[in-house]
Amino acid sequence: MSPDKLVYMANQIGKFFASQDHADGSKAVDGIATHLRKFWDPRMRREIVAKVRAGEAGGLDPLPRRAIEQLAAGE
Amino acid sequence: MALVEEIDYGTPSVHSDTMVTLTIDGEQVTVPAGTSIMRAAMEMGTKIPKLCATDSLKSFGSCRLCLVEIDGRAGTPASCTTPVGPNMVVRTQTPKLEQLRKGVMELYISDHPLDCLTCGANGDCELQDMAGAVGLREVRYGYQGENHFDSVKDESNPYFSFDPAKCIVCSRCVRACEEVQGTFALTIDGRGFASKVSPGMNESFLGSECVSCGACVQACPTATLIEKNVLAHGQPEHSVVTTCAYCGVGCSFKAEMRGEEVIRMVPWKDGKANHGHSCVKGRFAWGYATHKERILSPMVREKITDPWREVSWDEAIGFAASEFKRIQAKYGKDSVGGITSSRCTIEETYLVQKLVRAGFGNNNVDTCARVCHSPTGYGLNQTFGTSAGTQDFDSVEHTDVVLVIGANPTDGHPVFASRMKRRLREGAKLIVIDPRRIDIVRTPHVEATYHLPLLPGTNVAVLTAIAHVIVTEGLVNEAFVRERCDWEAFSEWAAFVAEPRNSPEAVEKISGVPAQTIVDAARLYATGGNAAIYYGLGVTEHSQGSTTVIAIANLAMATGNIGRPGVGVNPLRGQNNVQGSCDMGSFPHELPGYRHISDTPTRTLFEGAWGVSLDAEPGLRIPNMFDAAVGGSFMGLYVQGEDIVQSDPDTHHVTAGLAAMECIVVQDLFLNETANYAHVFLPGSTFLERDGIFINAERRVQRIRRVMSPRNGKADWEITQDLSNALGYPMHYTHPSEIMDEIARLTPTFAGVSYAKLEAVGSVQWPCNEAAPEGTPVMHIDHFVRGQGRFLITEYQPTDERSNRKFPLLLTTGRILSQYNVGAQTRRTENVVWHEEDQLEIHPADAEARGIRSGDWVRLASRAGETSLRATVTDRVAPGVVYTTFHHPMTQANVVTTDYSDWATNCPEYKVTAVQITPSNGPSEWQRRYSEHAGKSRRILADAAD
Ligand code: SF4
Ligand code: SF4
Ligand code: SF4
Ligand code: FES
Repeated sequence: MSPDKLVYMANQIGKFFASQDHADGSKAVDGIATHLRKFWDPRMRREIVAKVRAGEAGGLDPLPRRAIEQLAAGE
Repeated sequence: MALVEEIDYGTPSVHSDTMVTLTIDGEQVTVPAGTSIMRAAMEMGTKIPKLCATDSLKSFGSCRLCLVEIDGRAGTPASCTTPVGPNMVVRTQTPKLEQLRKGVMELYISDHPLDCLTCGANGDCELQDMAGAVGLREVRYGYQGENHFDSVKDESNPYFSFDPAKCIVCSRCVRACEEVQGTFALTIDGRGFASKVSPGMNESFLGSECVSCGACVQACPTATLIEKNVLAHGQPEHSVVTTCAYCGVGCSFKAEMRGEEVIRMVPWKDGKANHGHSCVKGRFAWGYATHKERILSPMVREKITDPWREVSWDEAIGFAASEFKRIQAKYGKDSVGGITSSRCTIEETYLVQKLVRAGFGNNNVDTCARVCHSPTGYGLNQTFGTSAGTQDFDSVEHTDVVLVIGANPTDGHPVFASRMKRRLREGAKLIVIDPRRIDIVRTPHVEATYHLPLLPGTNVAVLTAIAHVIVTEGLVNEAFVRERCDWEAFSEWAAFVAEPRNSPEAVEKISGVPAQTIVDAARLYATGGNAAIYYGLGVTEHSQGSTTVIAIANLAMATGNIGRPGVGVNPLRGQNNVQGSCDMGSFPHELPGYRHISDTPTRTLFEGAWGVSLDAEPGLRIPNMFDAAVGGSFMGLYVQGEDIVQSDPDTHHVTAGLAAMECIVVQDLFLNETANYAHVFLPGSTFLERDGIFINAERRVQRIRRVMSPRNGKADWEITQDLSNALGYPMHYTHPSEIMDEIARLTPTFAGVSYAKLEAVGSVQWPCNEAAPEGTPVMHIDHFVRGQGRFLITEYQPTDERSNRKFPLLLTTGRILSQYNVGAQTRRTENVVWHEEDQLEIHPADAEARGIRSGDWVRLASRAGETSLRATVTDRVAPGVVYTTFHHPMTQANVVTTDYSDWATNCPEYKVTAVQITPSNGPSEWQRRYSEHAGKSRRILADAAD
């Protein structure tokens, strides 16, 4: 699977949840993390987590990045 | 078995709170006020002779055969046009009436060819019946007078013929075309003896506006309009009630049979989705079932470049199972998966997901709804709490404002469109939000009050601007919102939509829709009475598809248009069983009944029933499967009745994914485009050959019934069961009803559904359980399924697919009436006379700038790929927008669509692709190569089975 595509998809999801949150972004981060847990196959989550850990997800927006870090911490 | 006979009451039923009692032929009968005497008589079993009346049409009073005598009233009024009155005393048979009726019949018969014995309608002719009923014994005028015997037959329609010599000018056909279908294709031309029925301006049926719905044929009391199949084979001898296998309207039909041969499909009056109406597909286009290209034997091959080898069922199933096991052993348990089909029954989709979850041991199951209505599931679930339309179709009869967005009902959902048009003719108002001027914007006697021709990709902006007007002008139904919705979420939403950047003026710049039109449409929707939204794939198939569904739900909640007849949010589903396949747990993250796979109580329930432990993690969705295949972690796929190569976007990406897999098993009727990449082909059966259930767009659970034995030898559920058994997960169903019983046991919303129940009541709408034993026509009546309705903010995010210098136009795609989806079935019927090829619609200004005329070959290119097709120059599309259908594999419109998709569900963005159009000489190099490749991969070894 193309990691850039995963980053693109995570950013898309991030935009929706960012728009629901006018505070510090923690509601958005929870929303994104929950969405990824509910709808992404584990291998997709593993790949994007690995990407973030390896510092290779440069294009990832801040909120989805925080959400993926949250996922990483939980796994 | 016998023919299912329907009673013709002569005039439509009437609803009234006042009941009237009268005496007919000495017997008392009580009927609603406003009922005709003719209908009242038939209610008590008394047939009054009639010719121009039939209960699908308003009474007309032209034939004068239905005369009656009424005490205290002079003359002999027509019973079809005379309403009942209290204490009326009516006589239907007197010597005077007998005389009068004989006189009328004599006139008719003197101008009617008397070839009854060899006439196609022999045995099913109301003129014949009436001659018998009135006791006609002689025709005093003789047959030598002026007549119409030499009129020329019109055989232009492929399915029915028109023989004016037999016409009695009762105008039932004309009225059916107007009242039932709403096309107004027929007129009575001329006057008196010279009057005759004529399509359009003296055109042939095929050349006229006629859409071949068959309503006139059904209404005709004689052999004037008759199915060619009846002419060829004779009258049917038995019939079976079943459901159309094409679109999500779910029309009920009587399959009228001779032995195992279908003679005709006649829409069933008691069908609750269609009330006796049909479209050209369900009525006539079922010939694919016996088409010569249908594959009837299982086939296998080692490599996709090999020719196919016909083998026994055992060998094919055994080979498929051993390949899946080998792949799982090599690449891991999660390396295989399945795709269920919205064209198959709920029992069959349920079995495929069960096979994947219990047999493969993972959740890699998805369905073609991924590429159409998955955002509906997400959006309505988030806001209302369940993934389904809120109304029944009958609801439209109580609607005052119809808002159609991203749907083309007259082509996609024709029978429902006819109901909608009837309501609009009665005075309901119409708002259309669509880049194209679709037919319903202006059709005979219907005109949209507002058409918002937005740029593809700007739905969210326009809907949010409508919300802006509703909120800032104080048009919110605050009482409803306070009582039924989460007030805090509403307040946040209201503040958001009220921001100036969501104003009509701001959105005009993005969408191209004049601000004033947005304002007017918003006011009409919010204040025009009962308002209902109907939407289709023009809403869902966008990168913001789910957000658009949410925006629609927000509008309905803000204006209180939810929870009663006449209002609501209504997704028009593409395929016959999209609703059902989604209901049955076809998505990788949820079990039947939309319960998330991570929900432990639900999983435990299924684990107990299925005797396996289930994976709590979601599986791959269709687009993810192709990605994973290219990435090397997904290697085997079982595809039930779905042509992903032709129907999914970005064909190059799909085929790369398929080519990377080691075993693809396709179960289908024909060697479709996906089968070009398959290693095992399991021949499927048609809806005529098996029992089961489809669920239509209004959540209506309806039976399909087997009318002939499966020509391939097995029903589709049996094939899945065999495969599961070979994989080592045993299944022992002996009939689909047992699968239904299992579904009912495990799914609370279906707890009350069984074959016995459907036999008794015809159909039910889920939820059907203890709380709603007769089903649920309208949802969310007192509260939302999720409790409080939830408003969500709908920030417009422009798609990244934008027009630019290289690709300056926006392509959007759709379908037309006579063809269905990828056309695998309809292309194999005579429906091709209406649509031989996909064409590209382009605005005159854009065409002229490129030197393109109607009929020219053009090259359609995007960053994903290119194809060629012919152009039609039309102002139906706005400048800057082009449009095509995707019914033909040679066009492969999806070669140009991209892999952008909905943020929440990965539903592909079919509806927006930046393209360039240039003149071309014919099919592209890619099309030529593809055609060659397809031809090669369809080779079947001769006599291989021996
Ligand atoms: S087939 Fe339908 S559209 Fe055509 S003339 Fe008859 S009623 Fe009208
Ligand atoms: S074609 Fe049939 S329905 Fe139409 S006017 Fe003639 S007899 Fe009546
Ligand atoms: S295709 Fe749809 S509208 Fe046409 S007959 Fe079938 S179910 Fe009805
Ligand atoms: S049936 Fe009443 S006038 Fe023809």
